Amino acid sequence: MAFAEHLTSPAFKENAKGALADPQLQSALHGVETGVVDRRRATVEKLPEFQALRDSARDIKNHTLAHLDLYLEQFEQKCTAAGGNVHYAVTAEEARALVLDICRKANAKLVTKGKSMVGEEIAINDFLEQNGIAPIETDLGEYLVQIRHELPSHIIMPAIHLTKEQIEADFRRVHTHLPADRNLEEHQTLLTEARTVLRERFLAADVGITGANFLVAETGTSIIVTNEGNGDLTQTLPRVHIVLASIEKVVPTLEDMSQLLRVLARSATAQEMSVYTTLSTGPRRPGDPDGPNEYHVIILDNGRTAMLGGQFREMLRCIRCGACMNHCPVYAAVGGHTYGWVYPGPMGAVLTPSIVGIENAGHLPNASTFCGRCEEVCPVKIPLPKLMRYWREREFEKNLQPATIRNGLAFWAWFAQRPRLYRIATSLAMFGMGLAGKFFGRFRWLPLAGSWTRHRDFPAPHVQTFQAQWKRGVRTR
Amino acid sequence: MNKDATPGPRVGLFVTCLVDLIRPAVGFAAVKLLEDAGCTVEVPSQTCCGQPAFNSGHRATTRAMAEQVIAAFEPYDYIVAPSGSCAGMIKTHYPELFEGDAVWAPRVEKFCAKTYELISFLVDVMKVSKIDAAFDGTVTYHDSCSGLRELGVRAQPRKLLSRVKGLELKEMHDADVCCGFGGTFCVKYPDISNTIVTKKAEHIAATGADTLLAGDMGCLMNMVGKLQRLGKPVHARHIAEVLAGVTAPPIGER
Repeated sequence: MAFAEHLTSPAFKENAKGALADPQLQSALHGVETGVVDRRRATVEKLPEFQALRDSARDIKNHTLAHLDLYLEQFEQKCTAAGGNVHYAVTAEEARALVLDICRKANAKLVTKGKSMVGEEIAINDFLEQNGIAPIETDLGEYLVQIRHELPSHIIMPAIHLTKEQIEADFRRVHTHLPADRNLEEHQTLLTEARTVLRERFLAADVGITGANFLVAETGTSIIVTNEGNGDLTQTLPRVHIVLASIEKVVPTLEDMSQLLRVLARSATAQEMSVYTTLSTGPRRPGDPDGPNEYHVIILDNGRTAMLGGQFREMLRCIRCGACMNHCPVYAAVGGHTYGWVYPGPMGAVLTPSIVGIENAGHLPNASTFCGRCEEVCPVKIPLPKLMRYWREREFEKNLQPATIRNGLAFWAWFAQRPRLYRIATSLAMFGMGLAGKFFGRFRWLPLAGSWTRHRDFPAPHVQTFQAQWKRGVRTR
Repeated sequence: MNKDATPGPRVGLFVTCLVDLIRPAVGFAAVKLLEDAGCTVEVPSQTCCGQPAFNSGHRATTRAMAEQVIAAFEPYDYIVAPSGSCAGMIKTHYPELFEGDAVWAPRVEKFCAKTYELISFLVDVMKVSKIDAAFDGTVTYHDSCSGLRELGVRAQPRKLLSRVKGLELKEMHDADVCCGFGGTFCVKYPDISNTIVTKKAEHIAATGADTLLAGDMGCLMNMVGKLQRLGKPVHARHIAEVLAGVTAPPIGER
């Protein structure tokens, strides 16, 4: 598998250890936890119909998924009628081959890229480079992770794990053609430098690749929402525009798209609308002042059809806003790279195993406290904890869980299904623990509970269980 | 006290594993609060609601445990638990376990409809608005996730706390953010859990309150265990203890 070199999900625990011990990362993550969450709440509270819009967004996506074949066909038909080319890719390999083929036919040397999570999913940059074509990310965050040879750590804020100091150091390392003594202290000077460097690439690019937030079936249109304007330059200036999308991006109508946009920007960045919302329908028409000569839409499956027919269907409603990870206490503690692949946080914990296999991503759906905050903020109401639990069921069925957890639970469950024995056993155990803890009231260390007592004290139980006291006739205490 | 002539509802107290084994005082506090509200309380023989097995993907085991709970508690007018986590397990997740089962599903639906978390039961069902308790001190209240998000327990505990004489509530920052307990999560990923609970402990300590309250023993044990390890001088109690005027030493103290 081509993604294998980037996949570190099996090492989730080691990744987490590193992340927790990284002071720069911890300081960068603090911003997600505070700023983004508060701003979203304020924006959402200003819109009285927001909760109703979430219901509507869920329904639009459910309806589309129920008729996905029809809407994909309609999209293809309308897009083709507008002069575009629609390609289907069952696997990541097929999608990469399609991109390369289009680039080769265009005799491309330089490719500019707008932000695309499908692009990350199929690892298109590495593949183009291996084939002698230079891809340049033009979204600032994506550009930063590209020059660091990293994966994005967040689906809409790819470089959220970096501090300003790290970015300054990277610019000095990579932009060697600029004076070494230049001032890069301010955010603004960093931005200006990125803009200057990228502007040259926009003008020189042969092919522009963007993602798609939505594909509209009734018009054959692809839509991107951005804040930097880089997506527009990426898709308008080069001779060829390639849209990387996946099957669940299609929606029936422009009206549906407009409704989804209302929940998307608010959930993602706490904006009412993103700065740019760009609709593309086919290539440049006669008389158009600009635009590409060729317009291609590559629609990727990569495991999604299988999800459509199974327990994880609801995950296909996801509109990639990132609210689930912004509100996740585990994400806030360990950051996106710990999850070990393209999609982090709660949505990644459900989606990643669907794409790379649960045997490669078993930690992801387990590393959740099931606090439910992700589901609470999800603009399309995906029951993320429930879907993570489904993965845990699969792991149990396939015997993939750690033996300690599996056996410990089986032991507990065996007793719990024998109430008399349970009462006797727990009474004895609590009597022992209660006596042992009588002096200090709590334990700093307990046998078999090192995972707990390494970080916290454990309260000593009362010497008699509630049920034992109740049975003896004790009624108050 | 309910002064009506008609006898109050018969409540089966689902005491929960952690209250049963670690902190019986919470069970007795629940009994007092329910009786004060006019209920007759009984405690049928019980073990676990099955949540640890459910969240670990052991569905068949969970279902067997759920059947046991339903059989034991079905005769009561209400099933009440001093925990949003266990009540949430029953009320929102038992139906999933019996989905499509023509015999069990209707039975489970009725069962879940009469299952409640203690504090919300007192306020929403028994319409309790007076609390005969005093507490000399400041408290801060943590919203446990399952109670908050699965059962909508948020205003009810604050309403009852405001009726306790002498008690002052100081809200902490991010009171509705997970404490990092997560059941088996805290032992499967102890380092991540530790980072989350450390932040929580800092928010608790920053309020200056002398007692931490919550409605779930799991969260409380996690938070107070961390506070004590960090040497923060904050006591911890289940909210029912304060509402019932329990004077036993706080959790983890003698």
